Amino acid sequence: MKALLIAEYRDGKLLENIYELIAFAGKIGADTATVLVGDAANVPRCSGTLYLADVAKYSEYNPELHKQLILAAVSKENPDYIVFSHSSYGWDLAPRVAASLKIAQVSEVVKVIDGNFEVGCCNAKMRRIVKPSTAKSVVTLQAGAFSMEGEPQGTPTVVALDVAGGGNVEFLGYEPAEAKDVDLGKAEIIVSAGRGVGKKDNIPVIAALAKALGGELGASRPVVDAGWVEHSHQVGTTGQTVSPKLYVACGISGAIQHLAGMKKSDFIIAINKDKDAPIGEVADVLVVADVMQLAPALTEKLRK
Amino acid sequence: MKLLVCIKQVPDMESRFKVNESGDWFSEADLAYRMNEYDEYAVEQAVQLREQLGDSAELTVLSIGPDRVVEAIKKALAMGCDRGAHIQDPAVHKKDPWQVASIIAEYARDKKYDLIFTGMQSQDRGSAQIGVTVAELLGYASATTLVNFEYADGTVKGKRELEGGIKSVVRMKLPALVTCQLGLNVPRYPTLPNIMKAKKKEIEAVPVGNVLKEDSLSASNSFYPPVKSGGGVVLEGDVADLVDKLVGILKEKNFVAK
Ligand SMILES: Cc1cc2nc3c(=O)[nH]c(=O)nc-3n(C[C@H](O)[C@H](O)[C@H](O)COP(=O)(O)OP(=O)(O)OC[C@H]3O[C@@H](n4cnc5c(N)ncnc54)[C@H](O)[C@@H]3O)c2cc1C
Repeated sequence: MKALLIAEYRDGKLLENIYELIAFAGKIGADTATVLVGDAANVPRCSGTLYLADVAKYSEYNPELHKQLILAAVSKENPDYIVFSHSSYGWDLAPRVAASLKIAQVSEVVKVIDGNFEVGCCNAKMRRIVKPSTAKSVVTLQAGAFSMEGEPQGTPTVVALDVAGGGNVEFLGYEPAEAKDVDLGKAEIIVSAGRGVGKKDNIPVIAALAKALGGELGASRPVVDAGWVEHSHQVGTTGQTVSPKLYVACGISGAIQHLAGMKKSDFIIAINKDKDAPIGEVADVLVVADVMQLAPALTEKLRK
Repeated sequence: MKLLVCIKQVPDMESRFKVNESGDWFSEADLAYRMNEYDEYAVEQAVQLREQLGDSAELTVLSIGPDRVVEAIKKALAMGCDRGAHIQDPAVHKKDPWQVASIIAEYARDKKYDLIFTGMQSQDRGSAQIGVTVAELLGYASATTLVNFEYADGTVKGKRELEGGIKSVVRMKLPALVTCQLGLNVPRYPTLPNIMKAKKKEIEAVPVGNVLKEDSLSASNSFYPPVKSGGGVVLEGDVADLVDKLVGILKEKNFVAK
């Protein structure tokens, strides 16, 4: 079995998520070849062939050209699986490759069970097994779902990859993330507000609990998007990654993008009225309650 | 200019999901439905562009599914779409992403839309495939995960959101497709007068058989809750009791003084 792994490169650097793809290939027992639009000074430690296309020529984001490059590697390697991270690069590019080859795509695989791919659904509350019916298939992997045991090793055989053509999306450059006015990374205690808090007027109740515990206020994304709390407080893949001693999630369902930012916290307390909320999977204590009743009562008790 | 926005109706994610009889998806009983959250941003952006362009533009909202999805179409019409297209499919959950995208592309092909909007993913399936696949099938340029959108003179300029909140600025010419990320804009609530006006807007009904030309490329026959991995404690009951227990835990762990 052969897996073609698609590495990522951003802002002049190889991304580490290639090692998650290698771990996945190991799990399904596949030999690997790798594609990278990058540079020769930044190649992953791995075995097999590395198809290297020059980023100076093909840009860090040019989905049409990157697709053509991957298709060129596919025709050389004839892989059973073409594997991406389910990242902003992967979910943008994977369906283009799958559609060109008219093959199945299984998105955001979280686990391999007896050779089958398990994916999440319904905001991570449920799971499904999705089986490709085509001989080849495209697979994207949930960030953090697969990890290597031990250090990555090996030196790939580098083969230059080139295709002709232009592309239809122009990449104009990056814009940095909004400046942080709070560095949640340093906080020992974080109390975060999620959509379950209900409305902007209720945020002070959560902020008061944070204060009573001597911690900082964090937030999930909808709370930030709605303008209840500033972006610098957002925890998750598109916010900050935190690992405090105590994390209290108030009215937060526990979507993967939120969990990715806080699951390494030492101790997690979740307050949620839904006993099945996926936050329960990472919580040391799940308190099933209306947060707007529980949080003020807890704050009052702590103040005494 | 012709605009299309594709939406999905999904259950409220706070629902308790029960497995249906065939064991491959949720049981429809006792669920409340709403427009997929990501699609609300897509509809809002499409409506804003429609307003920017004025009457030279026409905006269609499309949804695939059983009769209940007409509610979601009506909401989009009340938000400002001009007309609806309901692809009638009582068993859309049995279609794989390839088929869903093919249905949309088949419907859209001869209509020659200049710009298509979709959500970046659905809340229930979350494959994040449909938008890009539609664009590929139609030969349109596309970019995903937009948190900023501008249109002028046949060109879309957008910002894609990357991990860590970094943005990637991209530009493309029409015809094009964009997939919309949370926070792209502030989706409006339909006002009562607009809800009334929307009642008069046309909703074209298209039996799925007319536009389904493709077999599936993948299959799923299972639907189940995740195996609980964490050994966490679940506390339930009266608020005063819960507070006492929590304070006990916080003391024991030395988060508050004993
Ligand atoms: C590419 C991408 C990047 C993303 N990045 C991030 C990110 O960085 N950070 C992030 O947080 N999200 C991110 N998201 C969004 C993420 O997928 C979820 O939509 C989001 O985390 C949900 O926030 P929430 O839990 O507050 O809201 P919901 O999912 O709506 O959950 C609300 C919860 O509150 C509970 N609740 C409701 N009322 C009460 C009450 N009275 N008392 C107690 N509990 C109650 C409900 O049971 C529910 O579990 C991203 C999504 C994508 C696609």
